[in-house]
Amino acid sequence: MREYDVAVIGGGIIGGSILRELTKYKLSVCLLEKEADVAMGQSRANSGIVHAGFDAAEGSLKAKFNVAGNRMMKGYAEELGVKYKNNGSLVVAFSEEEMQAITALKARGEKNGVPRLEILNAEELREKEPNISQEALGALYAPTGGIVCPYGLTIAAIGNAMDNGAELFTEFEVSQIEKTKKGFTVSAVDGREISCKLIVNCAGYASGKIGAIAGDSSIRVGGRRGEYILLDRESGNFVSHTLFFAPTKLGKGILVSPTVDGNLLLGPTAEEIPENDTSTSAAGLASVLEKAKKMCPAVPVYNAITSFAGVRAYNDRHDFIIEESATVAGLINCAGIESPGLTAAPAIAEYVVGELVGKKLSLKKNENFHGRREAELHFQSLTVEEKNAVIAKDPAYGKIVCRCEQISEGEIVRAIHENPPARSVDAVKRRTRAGMGRCQGGFCQPHVAEILARELGIPFEEVKKSGKGSELVKGEIK
Amino acid sequence: MKAGYDIVIIGGGPAGLAAAVAAYDSGVKDVLILEREARTGGILNQCIHNGFGLTRFKESMTGPEYAARFEREVKARGIEVLLETTVLSLNQQREVTAVSPEHGVFTVRAGAVILAMGCRERSRGALNIAGSRPAGIYSAGTAQKYVNIKGYLPGKEVVILGSGDIGLIMARRMTLEGAKVHAVCELMPYSGGLKRNIVQCLNDFNIPLYLSHTITKIEGKERVTGVVVSQVDENKQPIKGTEKHFNCDTVLFSVGLIPENELTKSANIPLSPRTRGAVVYQNRETEAQGIFACGNVLQVHDLVDFVSEEAEIAGRGAAQFVLKGAHPRESVSVENGRDISYVLPQKLDKNASGDTKLYFRVARPLKEIKFVLRCGEHVVLERKKRVAVPGEMETLLLKESQIKELSGNVTLEVVE
Repeated sequence: MREYDVAVIGGGIIGGSILRELTKYKLSVCLLEKEADVAMGQSRANSGIVHAGFDAAEGSLKAKFNVAGNRMMKGYAEELGVKYKNNGSLVVAFSEEEMQAITALKARGEKNGVPRLEILNAEELREKEPNISQEALGALYAPTGGIVCPYGLTIAAIGNAMDNGAELFTEFEVSQIEKTKKGFTVSAVDGREISCKLIVNCAGYASGKIGAIAGDSSIRVGGRRGEYILLDRESGNFVSHTLFFAPTKLGKGILVSPTVDGNLLLGPTAEEIPENDTSTSAAGLASVLEKAKKMCPAVPVYNAITSFAGVRAYNDRHDFIIEESATVAGLINCAGIESPGLTAAPAIAEYVVGELVGKKLSLKKNENFHGRREAELHFQSLTVEEKNAVIAKDPAYGKIVCRCEQISEGEIVRAIHENPPARSVDAVKRRTRAGMGRCQGGFCQPHVAEILARELGIPFEEVKKSGKGSELVKGEIK
Repeated sequence: MKAGYDIVIIGGGPAGLAAAVAAYDSGVKDVLILEREARTGGILNQCIHNGFGLTRFKESMTGPEYAARFEREVKARGIEVLLETTVLSLNQQREVTAVSPEHGVFTVRAGAVILAMGCRERSRGALNIAGSRPAGIYSAGTAQKYVNIKGYLPGKEVVILGSGDIGLIMARRMTLEGAKVHAVCELMPYSGGLKRNIVQCLNDFNIPLYLSHTITKIEGKERVTGVVVSQVDENKQPIKGTEKHFNCDTVLFSVGLIPENELTKSANIPLSPRTRGAVVYQNRETEAQGIFACGNVLQVHDLVDFVSEEAEIAGRGAAQFVLKGAHPRESVSVENGRDISYVLPQKLDKNASGDTKLYFRVARPLKEIKFVLRCGEHVVLERKKRVAVPGEMETLLLKESQIKELSGNVTLEVVE
């Protein structure tokens, strides 16, 4: 049985950031993920917003880690080679009551330490966003708001942690956690076992379940489903800021935002659901469209390229749970990390490792830690001369496989072999954007599947879209 | 490869190949075809069913056979073809930037450019169909590629949404490979496919066609396990209580083709919202001088025979431009009148020589009608038609003399 100092359970942005932070120290660490790939829960289907920090209640962990994470995000993303854009956020008011609400938000944000908040009148708002509804009366402007790719950041953090020695176990669905003298033995449904001194529970929607398996039944997690519609990159400039509705008694409404990859994102809905169900509903998608049209009547909905849903886990304390379990020593819970969890992740990771893990284990600096992901990853942002140098060395970079996003075979092969390795068509898609464009993989999927079969040395029939049971084909033809 | 060519053709499918041959035969020998795949022929390579060439060659060929005819012609003329070469950008100065494993990223200057990039299939995502996103959801053309090129069966229990021609062809193809096609659902009250395909691909195999029906939900976590199909009302909204459930492991979408005009847009060449292809003159020249377009990138054709015909017009047009340069235009627009969804070309140059065939589609199924082309009150041309459907392209021949006499914009309309 392999032994580790720390086992992180859950390969989302929280688990991923903590894993990477742990590798900065001389610790042996592993990540246990129940799905076939990382970033498969709420870090996959997420708005990708780097929140400024005016939303959370003053004095809450949400407020503290949001504001701190916002300050860290630019450098964090840059170090990991992930695109980040500081596009600014606007909370738009459509009534006098909502104007009051955004004024209150501004005051709250200032108490939370959010810099440079400003109330815009209708004219100033329209100058920033010409496509905004004529009904809009004004907005709270947060210049520190930004956007980042949530699964890209998660994959990069975990990949970098692995480059620095962390081990990843996928399809490791925890079934049993046994307290031992040294710490814990963690078993998976398929019989695999590891042992560790500390557990960091970052299991998102399943964090209540993981807590209970370890003997701490205090975490109660619920799920809210959020449905999204994604528009073609052609519409990516329709708005430049992230547009929120002012919070009302009826909830927050949806957002209309560019994504860091240049698409336009509409959503999410917020629907309480009893299970982790990420299917979309006709009513949900219709409500996204209706609200998006309220924000921007000319929103080019005909340019939709896909719709999807994610389930956000929240806990009944309505603040992040980030603490060592009161009942199980050595179990650190990071549970119910809903929005602004993505923004807060780098700050949460520093706190969890520096304070909570540091209390239990001695933290000796890992002199060999290398925090940067290689720059060659950004093939697309290279100059023509640089690209040609890469193609001369490896001609596969000159063979475009995904025509919509212009992704080359070289980038796909690389994603299959670098950390964390892509093992499925969707895993390749999340790492390279091949299949992410307007044809949604119609042209490139068979080609990507062939590359996967070749690089993994498996028969074509075994290539999967995602996890177990998602094989693309049902066998050879007659 | 050289730094410049008289004509650069983007795309080596049926349109690009025919355009190249026509340009060469019109006197321009310095032609380059850029093709992104490892061989020319485009989508014809995966269309192994027959019926190609009936109009043009009066014989029935498979897709690869039809492509091979043009490939031979291109080869016989020694026209240069670069394979595995994807065009990345284009501008109105006719500089084409492309990338290939062999040459890296490079730019060629062209005396004239012919756009022949073809089209893509609309995906499930564009329809906002609710449900999960498991394996087993394919566009019909992707399924066709798996079966006919890769040799794999994408699924065994199939429901198809959309009765476009590729969907119909795949209903038959999957059945022949042992799959069970439970239903073909069509949102409209009529099929957009060719009549012969309905008969030969569905009726002959007892595959039910549900008109005015759509898929309202896709089920399954890792793999599709079923779909819910509902009848729709006249506003295409699902009618409660009409839900039917099908167990299936595969859903195919054949819900329309979209001309692939991202390069065209990046060069700021005006497009028609009706065709989603470039606005063109009789010679298939776009509003950007020296840049021509033909085939499915210009308008989605029913038959490859028409693609070849249109490509030859563009090939000759581009050759004329290279040999004689631009000539001053005197242009009028062709407007879409009642029950006409589009007419192509959208512009007529009165100074151009030769007769012109107008290609158009009606907006809904019609019977016992007249097509009337008017210039103000003056009827330029009219023709009776017993039956017209949106799925079958119509044509009208306009004589050079009739074009020269036009006093202003013309409108094509349906009179019942």
